[in-house]
Amino acid sequence: MKTKLTLVTALALSTLGLATTAQAHKAWLQPSQTVFSDKGSWMTVDAAVSNDLFYFNHVPLPLERLQVTAPDGSKVEPQNASTGKLRSVFDLQLQLEGTYKIAMNNEGMFASYKLGGEAKRWRGKASEFATGIPAGATDVEASESLGRVETFATVGKPSTTVFATTGKGIELVPVTHPNDLFAGESATFQLLVDGKPASGLKIEIVPGATRYRNEQSEIHATTGADGKFEVKWAQPGMYWLETASEDKKTTLPQAKQRRLSYVAVFEVLPQ
Amino acid sequence: MKLSSFKVLIPALALPLPAFAADLELNIEIPRINAAEYHRPYVAAWIEKPDNTVASNLAVWYDLDMKNGEGTKWLKDMRQWWRRSGRTLSMPVDGVSGATRPVGSHAVSFKGNSKQLAGLSPGSYTLVVEAAREVGGREMLTIPFEWPAKAQTLSAQGKTELGKVGLVVKP
Repeated sequence: MKTKLTLVTALALSTLGLATTAQAHKAWLQPSQTVFSDKGSWMTVDAAVSNDLFYFNHVPLPLERLQVTAPDGSKVEPQNASTGKLRSVFDLQLQLEGTYKIAMNNEGMFASYKLGGEAKRWRGKASEFATGIPAGATDVEASESLGRVETFATVGKPSTTVFATTGKGIELVPVTHPNDLFAGESATFQLLVDGKPASGLKIEIVPGATRYRNEQSEIHATTGADGKFEVKWAQPGMYWLETASEDKKTTLPQAKQRRLSYVAVFEVLPQ
Repeated sequence: MKLSSFKVLIPALALPLPAFAADLELNIEIPRINAAEYHRPYVAAWIEKPDNTVASNLAVWYDLDMKNGEGTKWLKDMRQWWRRSGRTLSMPVDGVSGATRPVGSHAVSFKGNSKQLAGLSPGSYTLVVEAAREVGGREMLTIPFEWPAKAQTLSAQGKTELGKVGLVVKP
């Protein structure tokens, strides 16, 4: 049982960290809805990694790293959390007016090495790296990853306190508020890497319900010099957005490469 | 030319300010719908400026009397109203909020000096009426009009959640 869970966790985390590769699965947090008019409303969120949007056909996202932030900056405890074979699910009660952020952050290190002629792999935190690789290991190749999976929900008037940035990895800054998206309109967002506007980031946006159409219908965008990009929403629905980049700004000298990724799910309403 | 325009201006200046005001009559038809589960629709009527900002909220009909204000839960279903102004209001709003209405035609009139209309400066506006029904659909109608200008009798015909919506401007 324990091994199984660990395997699932590892799979999900690798997806979070290695989202750059084309064959990667998609990680997502899908809210039941994102616009509320009543304080005290309940929402439920599905957390999964899958090939298709938004269907549960691969592995659940483990909930250990879940962080829900209320409009006043306080932490919200998820309720009725459960992880099944294909998805995790949890409920949230939205007691305050304003915008909530539901996020999973993954910060970790990945290493491959050889021990006694056998190829081994290791995953963990940067702080565990020194003790994680056994003495006598050769051909150690390490990389760091920093990934975020987010979604947002608003009671009443949208607020922006939860978009305060940390200056680490890829972060999204709203120009258009993510809970104010309507079909037929355009939205603008800004992407930062380590707190600075990131130009040339390639963004892929895929509308949900892929099971009921034959093509991905993805939207491609690239950030400009100011880190901003614009999306026009053709249809209402849930949308999955992803971007990723790589650099060499690692925290440990043993890691040669840093992989950054950012995923968000947005709800676009009809006019 | 100069002299004649001067002549025209004098009587206009002599008039007291409320002369800009006009009265507004609104008629909203809530159609009969054969549904296994029928709830009266939530309806919002408001006046928009050409840039889609709200100039005035005329009426919001919702489940006003539910205990603990639970009726506000579905206000968001009037999506455009919610976005344009609802989410920044504290419900109920005096003189604007009202209970949901039954099937039929509902006349609502506003005097030029009412809270809803007194602040309107002359210009082009759009009346927007949006209806959303629990376990049902949603429909929004718009009627452009000039304020206060000339007498106007305008209407729009709904297809699903709204019937005929009439607007009369009386200078």
